[in-house]
Amino acid sequence: MKQERLGGNRFVEQLQLSTMALPAVILILIFSYIPMFGLIIAFKNYKVNLGILGSEFVGLKNFMFFFHSNDAFRIIRNTLCYNAVFITVGVVFSVSFAIMLSTITQKKLIKFYQSSMFLPYFLSWVVVAYMSLCFFNYKDGILNGILKALRQNAVSWYSEPKYWPFILVISYLWKTAGYNVLIYYAAIISIDEVLYEAAYIDGCTKFKSIWHITIPNIRPTVVILVILSIGRIFYADFGLFYQLTQNSGSLYSVTDVVDTYVYRTLRVTGDVGVSAAVGFVQSIVGFALQMTTNFVVGRIDEDYKLI
Amino acid sequence: MKKKCFVQIFVPNFFLLLFAISCIVPFLIVVSISITDETIINQFGFSIIPRIISFKSYEMLFAAPKVIVNAYMITIIVTVVGTVLSMFVMIQFAYVLARRSYIFRKQLSFFLYFTMLFNGGLVPWYILITKYLSLKDNLWALILPMLVNAWNVFLLRTFFQGVPVSLIEAAKIDGASEYQVLYKIICPLSTGGIATVCIFTVLVYWNDWYNNMLFINDSRLYSLQYMLYNVMSRVQFLQLANAAGTSTSMQIPQESLRMATCVVAAGPMIMIFPFFQRYFVKGITIGSVKG
Repeated sequence: MKQERLGGNRFVEQLQLSTMALPAVILILIFSYIPMFGLIIAFKNYKVNLGILGSEFVGLKNFMFFFHSNDAFRIIRNTLCYNAVFITVGVVFSVSFAIMLSTITQKKLIKFYQSSMFLPYFLSWVVVAYMSLCFFNYKDGILNGILKALRQNAVSWYSEPKYWPFILVISYLWKTAGYNVLIYYAAIISIDEVLYEAAYIDGCTKFKSIWHITIPNIRPTVVILVILSIGRIFYADFGLFYQLTQNSGSLYSVTDVVDTYVYRTLRVTGDVGVSAAVGFVQSIVGFALQMTTNFVVGRIDEDYKLI
Repeated sequence: MKKKCFVQIFVPNFFLLLFAISCIVPFLIVVSISITDETIINQFGFSIIPRIISFKSYEMLFAAPKVIVNAYMITIIVTVVGTVLSMFVMIQFAYVLARRSYIFRKQLSFFLYFTMLFNGGLVPWYILITKYLSLKDNLWALILPMLVNAWNVFLLRTFFQGVPVSLIEAAKIDGASEYQVLYKIICPLSTGGIATVCIFTVLVYWNDWYNNMLFINDSRLYSLQYMLYNVMSRVQFLQLANAAGTSTSMQIPQESLRMATCVVAAGPMIMIFPFFQRYFVKGITIGSVKG
């Protein structure tokens, strides 16, 4: 009798839990899983009026078109290289600033530095694009103003590709570093103070204790964050490459990445099949990378594995 | 206390100050240009300190604020509705995933986790929303696709798992339903985590322009960020200027008006954000310890 009632409660409990999960499950099903089946568009000559299933099957034609175009090499190179630079420069920059921040003792100063570093993180890329316009505007921009004052020729920033790798890296750091500094800073201040005291008594200099205590202690955090971002190396930050560059065509050689290309072929050129094919490649490569990195993370520390 | 030499204090402070200033200055420049007299801009270009201050562009903006007020309304509606729904859906889902006695816990965790590993990409997603759900020029297109964020759900789950199981069991013995356990016990004990995820979500909805660009053609439905994006291009800018009643021979202060729009659109968020930062900092540091 008692057993039975417990069984009944059990059932009610499971039912309640299932009902609670239902809205999320439906949303995930619609917006994440159904589009996965849409990947077959990559193998079709998609026509709006014929629909996905009705459109003609063309095999690998869309892929061939993409890989035979000049764009393929360019956008893959740009995506991978920018992300590689973002990861390496980002880690060095964020870790050094986190270490510097950890040496500050005045509470007010820490708060001021943290708040200002964090400000860019709260801005949308559109607002950041306005800010960069202040610097790079041809007629009135600050940089050209400085060049004029130095009696140099003004530069047409939005049509000169050679400057953009630097501009993009700096802007990316500017916008995201504050967030990462914060994570590393949290890792540093959780290191046991006793270690530093002991090192100090043993006659260790400040720099030596950073090298022998701080760096080894935050290494796991660094490794995990780096590996996680390697898993996303085939995905670019659309806002950065689209907004900041004003989507300027003459800069595409150094600013066109997978995500901007997919967007443009879909919405501007209207070549749905090719766009889907590139998206397909991105999804598959991205999946493989995610699986690999997750495996590597699992080998390093079981706790950090995502599942 | 250990004694520090001059270099040890000076060097970090110098670099940190430099970085901190570089983060604030661009916004100050935008503000400065917005209050600079247009003839001065034409003559000398942009400068960090305005030579002659003029509030003409703000006067123009506030004389006929229809476009901006409308964009604000859209953004506020989308952000409020989106955040409330999103928190509701994610909190419930995270709770279910945190309950060890739930039989489908493992399966649902994987169901969610898989979306982080693999997705259909832009094209199928776009076609689904525009063609099959017919959400083009519909505000739901800005809300629904972003309701469930896998990362945030896992973050919430981590917070919920921090609540002792014995509390849940005690409540269950007293006859509490799962809803009561979640909203009466778990949520009040996880305010830090909920606040963090809530701010993340507000930020995503508030700053969204991408979904606008994809799904919205009707200019009456432009959100703040997308309106701002369009003001950068000339056509939309002239619309804004015309709305301000400048079809007369009065000269339009182009650059300063543009920057003034940026200040009016981005300013409030920048003013508000320091108040939320406290939660934010705590949340991501706890969340990042265990992803």
